[in-house]
Amino acid sequence: MVTLTAPETAAPEAAAPAESDGGAAPTVVDLADASVRSLNQALHDAVDGQSWTITSPGGKHSLAVGISARVAVTIEGHTGYYAAGMHQKGDVTINGNAGVGLAENIISGRVHVTGDASQSAAATGHGGLVVIDGNAGARCGISMKGVDIVVGGNIGHMSAFMAQAGRLVVCGDAGDALGDSIYEARIYVKGTVASLGADCIEKPLREEHLAELAELLEAAGRTDNPADFKRYGSARNLYHFHVDNSSAY
Amino acid sequence: MTVTSLPAPAQAPAAAPAQNLAASDIAALGLRESATFDRATIADIQRAAATGVYDIRGWGAKRKVPHFDDLLFLGASMSRYPLEGYREKCDTDVVLGDRHASRPLHLQTPVTIAGMSFGALSANAKEALGRGASEVGTSTTTGDGGMTPEERGQSKHLVYQYLPSRYGMNPDDLRKADAIEIVLGQGAKPGGGGMLLGQKITERVAGMRTLPVGIDQRSASRHPDWTGPDDLEIKIGELREITDWKTPIYVKIGASRPYYDTALAVKSGADVVVVDGMQGGTAATQQVFIENVGIPTLAAIPQAVQALQELGVHRKVQLIVSGGIRTGADVAKAMALGADAVAIGTAALIALGDNDPRYAAEYADLGSAAGFYDDFQDGRDPAGITTQDPELASRLDPVAAGRRLANYLRVLTMEAQTIARACGKSHLHNLEPEDLVALTIEASAMARVPLAGTSWIPGVQGSF
Ligand SMILES: Cc1cc2nc3c(=O)[nH]c(=O)nc-3n(C[C@H](O)[C@H](O)[C@H](O)COP(=O)(O)O)c2cc1C
Repeated sequence: MVTLTAPETAAPEAAAPAESDGGAAPTVVDLADASVRSLNQALHDAVDGQSWTITSPGGKHSLAVGISARVAVTIEGHTGYYAAGMHQKGDVTINGNAGVGLAENIISGRVHVTGDASQSAAATGHGGLVVIDGNAGARCGISMKGVDIVVGGNIGHMSAFMAQAGRLVVCGDAGDALGDSIYEARIYVKGTVASLGADCIEKPLREEHLAELAELLEAAGRTDNPADFKRYGSARNLYHFHVDNSSAY
Repeated sequence: MTVTSLPAPAQAPAAAPAQNLAASDIAALGLRESATFDRATIADIQRAAATGVYDIRGWGAKRKVPHFDDLLFLGASMSRYPLEGYREKCDTDVVLGDRHASRPLHLQTPVTIAGMSFGALSANAKEALGRGASEVGTSTTTGDGGMTPEERGQSKHLVYQYLPSRYGMNPDDLRKADAIEIVLGQGAKPGGGGMLLGQKITERVAGMRTLPVGIDQRSASRHPDWTGPDDLEIKIGELREITDWKTPIYVKIGASRPYYDTALAVKSGADVVVVDGMQGGTAATQQVFIENVGIPTLAAIPQAVQALQELGVHRKVQLIVSGGIRTGADVAKAMALGADAVAIGTAALIALGDNDPRYAAEYADLGSAAGFYDDFQDGRDPAGITTQDPELASRLDPVAAGRRLANYLRVLTMEAQTIARACGKSHLHNLEPEDLVALTIEASAMARVPLAGTSWIPGVQGSF
């Protein structure tokens, strides 16, 4: 049985900031007993350096949302909608699959899913790193605003729709209408692209791109060769209303 | 009315001599204006032919639709006694969001300021809105462009909009907000997304929205990570979790199917439903959209109220109504029909100084006139409100403009109280449909109050 109080009151020794992975033992929360509300409240009350393990997530929604401290959270199992939504600073690992809107609007920190993610993964993310070892569904990186996303497998249609900033790396294939109405985000795909969306074009892969791709792959713990990827981005033809573009509106 | 980044399109064609003539002179000359192809329509066709791009403008629908003007209050009589004006108490406060949130808003007047973005409006205008609203104890609202420190600092009660674009959205501002408004639609354009044309995307605006400077921005019309009421319920759950169930959550809809949308918003867990009618203002939308999509505010209120009543949550889930509110009479009528509060956009801008005749010459230079100016998209507002030009924006003194808005909000509140007392009500919330009659059959059918002098409500069985 787990009582859900902040670790510093439950276990005084855990209050000492854990400098490294080998720090204080994680607080275990079993969602078979504890409510999502009490879990999130405890995570909001948490302080830098604490670590948490969540068991029996059971596909519940809104798990570990709104984290704003440098905590490490591991979820053992599958999550529902919006896991690690509006995430800041901390580290969330989901050992399983994630539902719709994984890490939506992430600001900073890191979210890692070892399985697949459903649609709208990292939607509107402003920063931080989202790593999906498996596949991601439709609308991966939709409206992204600075987040970095690395997907080990394939991504679905309409991914990076209206993507404003940040980088999307896909080690598998991309679905239809990739990067439709894209702004300044950069997309790297190793496999095939079913089709490109409006105003999205293939662009040359220069030294600086190979370098940033290598960094992103390394950060995601991957060994793919950056030279095997192609780069896509905005043709910037739709940035201004113009009579000649009317068929694209 | 002009679309920029095109070779300067023809202004509205130079006024023909007859356009400056009074109606009586036109008749004397034997000229006959077409009701179908009136002068504004002819100018629209000429403009379209010259530019090849649709017309984008600000303001709301300009066509005449059934409105609050078509309703009258009955006032007290033998069977209802009035309250003494100025002497007897007539309260105006309202609590918003106490269904699920632990920190509901308690406002001193039910007249709130609607969401208008920094970007569409200058920083000074946003600050002035905050100052004016705070002075009278009401709320103001961010918009499609995030929260600025100016408006947070100057707003006692600040509602933070959660829009499809999510520009500048972040959990820190979310937690600083006094309420969250999930925007599904706007009365001026139900089904449409935001727009901000390049001349207003300055470095600061671009930075807040993570966009390149100077582009013509078109926001998404659909939320990126949910569709439909079942998803919305989960989304609201997420926002509640992030804010620890403290912050009230509103759902704003553009009036098109308000009966169903209100019911679904309640089902999704909203604390407050905001219904914005087709007359509602906008900063930039295609004219064809503004004038042809959505239903009038008057038609929307009874449908929303019916949904709330059928679900047993009228007054528990509060209803805020907007779209064409101008006077205390409009406030009182909206509330008598069942609204808990109202929101104003256009009228608030006018109170700040929009369309001020003292800029007559400059409006003329822009091809417009004080009282007609609607080119909010254009960024050249002589009054310094709908602009990002530092020189123009500096014309608006946020303190003085805030003061004007506070004055206006006080007048709206006092006018509504005047009517409520005359109807014998000790609180604005006690106004009821029974206090109202309609002047036209259309208004009677839409507002579901009897045609004046009769007991007849078209479409209501048993009325005669
Ligand atoms: C300049 C301007 C900017 C607006 N920006 C937004 C916005 O960002 N988000 C939104 O939901 N509504 C926006 N609106 C609509 C208002 O929130 C509100 O629904 C409308 O103005 C109410 O109608 P009224 O203008 O007749 O009072 C804007 C309106 C105006 C006039």
